Amino acid sequence: MIISNTQTIPGKTIVDFHGVVSGSTVRAKHIGRDIMAGLKNMVGGELKGYTELLEESRQEALRRMILQAEDRGANAVVNVRFATSSVAQGAAELFAYGSAVTVE
Amino acid sequence: MEIILQVTVPAVLFAATYFSGRTMETRHDRLLSAGEDRNEDMMVMTIEDYPSEWQVERVNVVIGSVVVSHDYYRRVVGVLRKVVGGRLKVYEPLLARARREALLRMMNNARAQGFHHVVNVRLETARLANSRRGGKGTAGVEVVAYGTALELAA
Repeated sequence: MIISNTQTIPGKTIVDFHGVVSGSTVRAKHIGRDIMAGLKNMVGGELKGYTELLEESRQEALRRMILQAEDRGANAVVNVRFATSSVAQGAAELFAYGSAVTVE
Repeated sequence: MEIILQVTVPAVLFAATYFSGRTMETRHDRLLSAGEDRNEDMMVMTIEDYPSEWQVERVNVVIGSVVVSHDYYRRVVGVLRKVVGGRLKVYEPLLARARREALLRMMNNARAQGFHHVVNVRLETARLANSRRGGKGTAGVEVVAYGTALELAA
């Protein structure tokens, strides 16, 4: 599966379209992490626990998007976009979407 | 007794985070500069089009992200500053460093996968709600940098 956030896959031509594919996941860290992050919030700087959480979630969202593209018989996803939204207290939704295509 | 506690705890936090924040800022700046120097050969651009003579062999999406938060000192100063409005200078450096960090991580990810060119780079910022205080406070700000890495034919 080839993935890019450009409109075409560089060096290849799109021969077929399979519509929009997307993947999302909503996640929260356990309370221990939240408390640690709360303390870290005083000192400022990077909140490593949250960075990791969102990183993992984004990979998961991407994976689900790719699975959907595979289901439709695509071999590439172009114009991929990411979105993060804070849906509930201490939880975040990570969303990835793009256009599934067949390239040659 | 209680009043003394209510005054001294914030005052100590205020002073302590002022110094710790400055130390962390200087250190982070140094790390960022070193990282950026190591990635000097990396070609990163926000445009999608690349020179037509480039022979692209392989592409992949590369991502870099970081979640940061302000320290107690900056939040207090920020709240006070908001009374008169205007430029909230205390909030600016952290976001600038977060963007550099996200870009740097993206470049490191690209390098780890053997890429030296990244096109169509996008930078996004999202606010993360706190799990306490009814989600009103901000737990942090996430900065994401992503783009399409290209491998060129030798």
